[in-house]
Amino acid sequence: MLKSLHIDPGKCTLCMQCEMACSYENEGLFNPAKSRIKVFDFHDRFVPYTCTQCAEAWCMSACPVDAISVDHATGAKVVSDDLCVGCKVCTIACPFGTVNYNHDTGKVIKCDLCGGQPACAEACPTGAIAYVDSDWTGYDKMRRWAGKTDSGAAQAHA
Amino acid sequence: MGWTRKVLRVNLSKGTCASEPLNMEWAQKYLGQRGLASRYLVEEVNPKVDPLSPDNKMFFATGPLTGTAASTGGRYSVITKGALTNAIACSNSGGYFGAELKMAGWDMVIVEGKAKKPVYLLIQDDKAEVRPADHLWGKSVWETDALLKSEHHEPQMRISAIGRAGESGVMYACIVNDLHRAAGRSGVGAVMGSKNLKALAVRGTQGVKVHDFPKFMQAVTAGKKVLAANAVTGQGLPAYGTQVLMNVINETGALPTRNHRDVQFEGAGRISAEAMREKRVTDGKANLVRNQACFGCTIACGRISQIDKTHFTVANNPKYWGAQGGLEYEAAWALGAATGVADLEALTYANYLCNEQGMDPITFGTTVGAAMELFEMGVLTTKETGGVELKFGSAEALTKLAEVTGMGEGFGKEIGLGSKRLTEKYGHPELSMSVKGQEFPAYDGRGIQGIGLAYATSNRGACHLRGYTIASEILGIPEKTDPLVSAGKAGLVKAFQDATAAVDSSGLCVFTTFAWTLDDIAPQIDGACEGGWTAARLLEMGERIWNMERRFNLDAGFTAKDDTLPKRLLKEAAKTGPAKGKVNDLGKMLPEYYKLRGWSPEGVPTNETVTRLAL
Ligand code: SF4
Repeated sequence: MLKSLHIDPGKCTLCMQCEMACSYENEGLFNPAKSRIKVFDFHDRFVPYTCTQCAEAWCMSACPVDAISVDHATGAKVVSDDLCVGCKVCTIACPFGTVNYNHDTGKVIKCDLCGGQPACAEACPTGAIAYVDSDWTGYDKMRRWAGKTDSGAAQAHA
Repeated sequence: MGWTRKVLRVNLSKGTCASEPLNMEWAQKYLGQRGLASRYLVEEVNPKVDPLSPDNKMFFATGPLTGTAASTGGRYSVITKGALTNAIACSNSGGYFGAELKMAGWDMVIVEGKAKKPVYLLIQDDKAEVRPADHLWGKSVWETDALLKSEHHEPQMRISAIGRAGESGVMYACIVNDLHRAAGRSGVGAVMGSKNLKALAVRGTQGVKVHDFPKFMQAVTAGKKVLAANAVTGQGLPAYGTQVLMNVINETGALPTRNHRDVQFEGAGRISAEAMREKRVTDGKANLVRNQACFGCTIACGRISQIDKTHFTVANNPKYWGAQGGLEYEAAWALGAATGVADLEALTYANYLCNEQGMDPITFGTTVGAAMELFEMGVLTTKETGGVELKFGSAEALTKLAEVTGMGEGFGKEIGLGSKRLTEKYGHPELSMSVKGQEFPAYDGRGIQGIGLAYATSNRGACHLRGYTIASEILGIPEKTDPLVSAGKAGLVKAFQDATAAVDSSGLCVFTTFAWTLDDIAPQIDGACEGGWTAARLLEMGERIWNMERRFNLDAGFTAKDDTLPKRLLKEAAKTGPAKGKVNDLGKMLPEYYKLRGWSPEGVPTNETVTRLAL
C-alpha cells in the first residue's frame, strides 16, 4: 500500500517538533532552517506544509539532469545529491514552493518521506501529521461528516 | 556540546559586538541560562549598582537544551539587576526567540553600557551589529516585530523587544518575544529601555548539536512519553491552560481578591478556563480560539483568544479584534480577581495591551488593585486619576489604565511605578502586596502556607516560579501536603527552590515538572552535555545557584528583614473558605528554613555552606 503524509492543521500547535525531527533525520543536527517541512503561523491556526509527492511532479519533469526520480517503494520524488547540479529549475517549477536550495551543499532539498518512515510524523505529538494510506487521506474527514449526517436516523425515530 | 561555547558581548556605549568563548569551567558548575548567566552577573556587576544606570548589564541566556528536540527546549532568560526590585532578576520566556538565538550560534548575549540614541541589535548567525532604531522608538512590540521583519526581508526572523512601557520607564516593563511571550517580571524591560535598546532581532540557521545524539534522542523520546501520559501535562494544560487553576484555587480559599482583602472571588467562574471555552451568546464563539505551544513543547498550554466583537473594548478599538495571546492564569487573576473585575473580555483586552506595549500583567493588575483600594479610601481621587472612577470591579477603569500605563501617559505614569512606590508615595506602604518590591502572583499565603514562605524568601521578590509549592500543597505533586499546615513547609520550599533553579538553567520549561522529576531531566542533559550529569548533581547545582543569588542580594543591601510578607498576610485573617481565620505562619517557618539552608539566623549563608557548595 502506498502511503502519504496527511496533514491536519486543526491539530497543530506550532511546537516545531516536526521541523526538528526532519532536520535531525536529514542533516544530523537540530536545525529548522534546513527542514523539509515548514509550519506556518497564521495567528489563529498553524499549518504544516511540505511536498505532496505529485504523481506527475513538475520538479521531476523540469530537472535538466534527471536528478529527481521516483522511489517506487514509497512514491516519493527523491533528489540524488550525486546528480543535482544546483541549477534550481525545480524550485521554480514546483507550484508549491516545497523544493528549496541549500547553499551549504549547492544542492536542492525536498521531502523524500524518509524512505517510508517519515520522522516528522513520528515526532508530532498531536497527530497533526500522519502517514496514512495514500488513497484514503480523506477517510477521517468523511467519517466526521458522515457522523453529522443523521437525518435518516432522525426520521427513523420520528 | 549542548552549548555553542560562544558568548556575544555587546557594548552599547561603544556600539561594538565581540565574540568570546563561554567559560566552560562555570558551565560545568552552573549549566546554562539562569545559573550560568547569574554567575557572569555576580562576576561583572556591582550588586550596589543602580539598575537603570549604564553600569548594570543584561544577560540574554539560553540553556544547553535550548534549540534541541527536548520537549519545551526553547527557553531563554534575561538576567540583570531588576528595576522593580533592586534585587537579582531572572525572567524566563518561551516562544521561539531563545531557540533562534541558539541556532545563530550563541549561548548568551551580554549587553553592557548605554547607547546614546535608540538602537537595536541585529544577529544573523555569526554576524552581529548594533543598528540605529530611531524609527522603532515609540512603536509597540507588535509594530516593531513587523517592521524589522519587513525591513530585513526576513519573515523567519525572531524578535524580542520592549514596547512603549519599557521606553517610558514603567518599572515593571517586560521584554516580549514572538508577540506574546515575555521575560515578564522584575522590570527587565525597564532596564533594557534605560539602555536605549529597543530590540534584538535574530535569524539563526546553523543548528544545534548535542554531545551524544543517540543517547539524547532516547532520553528525549522517553521524556515526551511521560509528558503525554501525565494528566496535567498531557490533558489539563493543553485543554485548559494554566487557567485550569482559577476555580481550583478559589475553592481552596487562596485566590487573592481586591488587593488581598478577600481570599475568594465571587466572579472567579466568569474569568476561568471554563468560561474561556464557553460559547458566547453574542456571536456563538468562545473567547478561546485554540492552544499554542512554544518551541519544542509537547504540552502546549499557551492560549490564543479573540475578543467578542460587540464588547466595548474592541468596539472602540477594532484593531484588537483578532486572534492574539490570550489569558494565562496569572494574568487573568491579576487583571481580574486582584481588581475585582469579572469581565473576561476586558481582561483579555488588558492582557493584549500588556503584550503590545510590554508590561508585566501581574504587577500591573495588582498595582491597579492597590490603587483601587487607595481610591476607595479617598486617598486617590478622580483629580489624580485623570477622571477615572477607580472602583473595584470596574472594567472601564482597568482597561483605561492599561491603555495609559502602556503608553506611559497621565495617571498611567503613577500606575507604572508599581504598587510599592505608588502606595509609599500616597502614604500607605502597607497596601502594597509585595515582597522585595515585587507583587504577589495568584496564590494567597494564608490559604496556602508554603507558598507564603516561598514568596518571602524568593530571590527575585514575590514569585510563584521560584518554588512552586502549589504543586504539592494543592495538586499533590510529587506528594500531597496540607496547604493549611505550616509544619514541614520549610523543607518543601527549599526542595522546590533548588530543583527549579536547576530546571531554569537547562533550557527547559518548569511546567514539565508537573510530570518530570530531575530523574527524567538528568538523562536529557547528560545526553546533550559532556561532564556526567545526574539528578543529584543537578540538585546540588540548584542549591549553589540559590545561594549565589542570595549572596548577590545581601551584597546589594537586602537583609533578613526583607524576607517578610505584608502585614495583611501576617495579621489580617482570611475571611472565608477553608482558610477562614488563618494568617500566614511565616514566623514559624522562616527560622527552620534558614537552618535547613545552612544560613545564620540573620539569613546569611555560613562559611560552611559556602565551602560545601563550592561558591
Ligand atoms: S510536530 Fe505536529 S503539532 Fe508540532 S508543529 Fe509539527 S505538525 Fe504541528
